[in-house]
Amino acid sequence: MSDQPVIQARGLTKYFGSKCALRDLHLEVPRGCVFAFLGRNGSGKSTTIRLLLGLLAQDRGDASVLGCDSRHLTPGHRARIGYLTEEHQVYGWMSVREAGEFQASFYPRWNEKIFRGVIGHFGLKPEAKVRHLSRGMRAGLCLALTLAPDPELLILDDPALGLDPVARRSLVESMIYLTRRSDRTIFFSSHHLGDVERVADYLAVLDYSVLRACCPLESFRGSVREVLLHFEGAPPKLPPIPGLLQSFRTENTLRATFAHYTPDAERALRSLNPSALEAIPMGLEDAFISYLGERGEKTFILSELETTP
Amino acid sequence: MLMKTFPNHPLTSGDNCTSCTGTVIVALNLHINPGSSVPIYKQIVEQVRHKVATERLGVTDQLPSVRALAELLVLNPNTVARAYAELAREGVIETRPGRGVFIIAKRRVIARSEARRRLDPLLNTLISEALAMDFSRGELKEAFEDKLDHWSSDKGEKS
Repeated sequence: MSDQPVIQARGLTKYFGSKCALRDLHLEVPRGCVFAFLGRNGSGKSTTIRLLLGLLAQDRGDASVLGCDSRHLTPGHRARIGYLTEEHQVYGWMSVREAGEFQASFYPRWNEKIFRGVIGHFGLKPEAKVRHLSRGMRAGLCLALTLAPDPELLILDDPALGLDPVARRSLVESMIYLTRRSDRTIFFSSHHLGDVERVADYLAVLDYSVLRACCPLESFRGSVREVLLHFEGAPPKLPPIPGLLQSFRTENTLRATFAHYTPDAERALRSLNPSALEAIPMGLEDAFISYLGERGEKTFILSELETTP
Repeated sequence: MLMKTFPNHPLTSGDNCTSCTGTVIVALNLHINPGSSVPIYKQIVEQVRHKVATERLGVTDQLPSVRALAELLVLNPNTVARAYAELAREGVIETRPGRGVFIIAKRRVIARSEARRRLDPLLNTLISEALAMDFSRGELKEAFEDKLDHWSSDKGEKS
């Protein structure tokens, strides 16, 4: 049971009219991990999450969450899933305490201690009216409402959207606290790669509705490499090398970025007879931007998810 | 239960950092910089290694647990565990089950020739940068010696 992935998608596809919003997604999220779901705006992240939760019906493929088909999730399953939407929907006329009581009435496993802990962490007063809260405080309240039912699976759709750095740090801290229970899984989308680097075990990258990478975070960083070649004269034209993302030529250097920097790629570069060749490690953000930058070829996918981080 | 201690956040409450053995757990003061080209686990490894080399951390000093350090630095515990595993492999720390993580007497775990091989790229970086700034051989040697002296005196200052 615990070996079964918490989230599984096979060939998941969704069209909105003639526009493909998600194409043939295969994804497995192991239990107990923190999984970052990355991609540019409009790449299909929210659509995927809504499909996983059965809030949208797919056109093709299958999705299951906690071992149950996403289209047939029962209230019992939903009680085990915490879902934080992008919009932070809460009633403005309620106070923070009332919002908690309202939410608690839907969940048998409501843990008031967690609720108080999280709102305290975000500096929220129980009597404050929801409509008077700042964006960061609202996010804190919504997070508290999502965490207090003690969900096994937490799905956060861009929880850091619009948060200031302090509120974002509180959010990341809350996520770290959740990992105290090793059977809790967090699946979240984000554009803040610094935060992703702090918390995530795995990442998946969607680009134009297609999954482009799914692997441990360190494998992604390790695979995307920038290589700097020095030449005595003008650098030669690069031959086609598998995994090449982009290249820039200057007077006597050539800079090439690779999705997979393999020994074969290195051999191909050395055959150009450069006077020096340096492989430069990249930060996660640079790696991500290079990976998704405009380029001709779009056929790469990184190593399959390994079962152990 | 999940997050029973949630309100006792390390940044908002006074964590007294003592274990059941009564050993004081050292404050590590690590600086983590996400977005760097150095992976976070490596940043931890390098900084701990550096503190041991400069004797700011000594034999028998106890480090925070994986969980405690992860929460203090706001990192995924697996990242800290990975750093500790690497430090243990290098013979810098040792995990004593039920007691904690300790700095141990330095065992030489890599061969001298391997250590020399690892030193090479570091020297290359140093020398190429220095030459680009038009330092002469003599100036460079002098600066290097000064720095070595400074580091040895750093070691001496430790109580």
